Amino acid sequence: MKIIVMGGGCANCKRLLQMVNHTVEKLGIDAEVSYVTDFAEIAKSGVMRTPALFIDGKLLSAGPVPPLSEIEEMIAKANK
Amino acid sequence: MQIIKDIFAWMNDQLLKMLWLDDIVKWLFGRVFGISETSAAYSFLTFFFYDVIKILILLSVLIFISSWIQSRFTPERSRAIMSKFKGLPANIIGALLGTVTPFCSCSSIPIFIGFTRAGLPVGVTFSFLISSPLVDLASVVLLASIFNWKIAIAYVLVGLIIAVIGGTLIGLFKMDKYVADFVKADGEVAMEEMPETVMTKKERAKYSWQQVTDIVKKVWPYLLIGVGIGALIHGFIPQNWIEAVLGDNNPFSVLIGTAVGIPMYADIFGTLPIAEALVLKGVGIGTVLSFMMAVTALSLPSIIMLRRVVKPKLLWTFVGIITVGIIAMGYLFNAFYIYLV
Repeated sequence: MKIIVMGGGCANCKRLLQMVNHTVEKLGIDAEVSYVTDFAEIAKSGVMRTPALFIDGKLLSAGPVPPLSEIEEMIAKANK
Repeated sequence: MQIIKDIFAWMNDQLLKMLWLDDIVKWLFGRVFGISETSAAYSFLTFFFYDVIKILILLSVLIFISSWIQSRFTPERSRAIMSKFKGLPANIIGALLGTVTPFCSCSSIPIFIGFTRAGLPVGVTFSFLISSPLVDLASVVLLASIFNWKIAIAYVLVGLIIAVIGGTLIGLFKMDKYVADFVKADGEVAMEEMPETVMTKKERAKYSWQQVTDIVKKVWPYLLIGVGIGALIHGFIPQNWIEAVLGDNNPFSVLIGTAVGIPMYADIFGTLPIAEALVLKGVGIGTVLSFMMAVTALSLPSIIMLRRVVKPKLLWTFVGIITVGIIAMGYLFNAFYIYLV
């Protein structure tokens, strides 16, 4: 599974990245988590609200950071 | 009519200005702890605790209400609305939408790119980006709580006018070509969008509550620092020092306030207590508002961020217009202050 967290490097983005890493470890999922801070890359994806969370190319969250339980749910669901 | 007036005055004093809290704090330090009411420590402590508690309560309530309203406005939706207008009306709509569209300051760059790629003129995007940190519901009510409603409303109008004029000038100067090359649409634009879902009342309440906890968690250090500085000014710095530098008799007071405020990076909630302390020490309202606007609208981190997506010419035009606007606003408020009390 490929997970991408996008954001300009603000506190919210780092928090989301942390939560994602934590979840991947907890669920023991084989996932490649990358953190994109380059605005040119972000622009290409068309995302306007950061932090954004992509799982396997699908945009699942943008803007407000979802609670940990929702992130776990998203990742577990994508892993099936 | 008198009853309605009395009810409004009561609500204003007790709910907005929280005079009951002021009484409790003063009673606690003066009577219970026995601190002399003329001492600097008493001024410092009463100011600090009254302000921290008052602002935290107001902040929580206001963020909840404004998030509730804002949950209807996403940047995608605002962009769609703005693209229907042209010329001056587009700038006005942009400035207005800037006040209600929620985003954290680090989203301003993706929003700038998203707007520009969708073909919105740079001037309209700037109207949006200028008004957004300057004016929002929470700061307006806090201004009314600390000063009065006339000043709060005047602040909103001036903030919007600066945003409209700033954006319009950037449009007139034909600045569209001065955005970074990668921002311009280059054919392979993915318009990735969250599926447009309508939030239920329950979801909106959940979202609003989450915003309250998020924002309070984020701003409390700024708030404590801001109130601390305000309380120090209130308790320990002699009035004549402050008046000499920032008083109405110093023709450069507005310039000094603006120059000090620009590089500073703080939230409006951290700035308000400093503003409050300065006004209590006799600084003109225009000088204080310039300082506040300079802190919130322009900061070194935001200028550095913006530099990554626009070329220097546009960047300095933007900074120049905002600076001149804020200074002009300051002198106007100082000149017409008597009509606002």
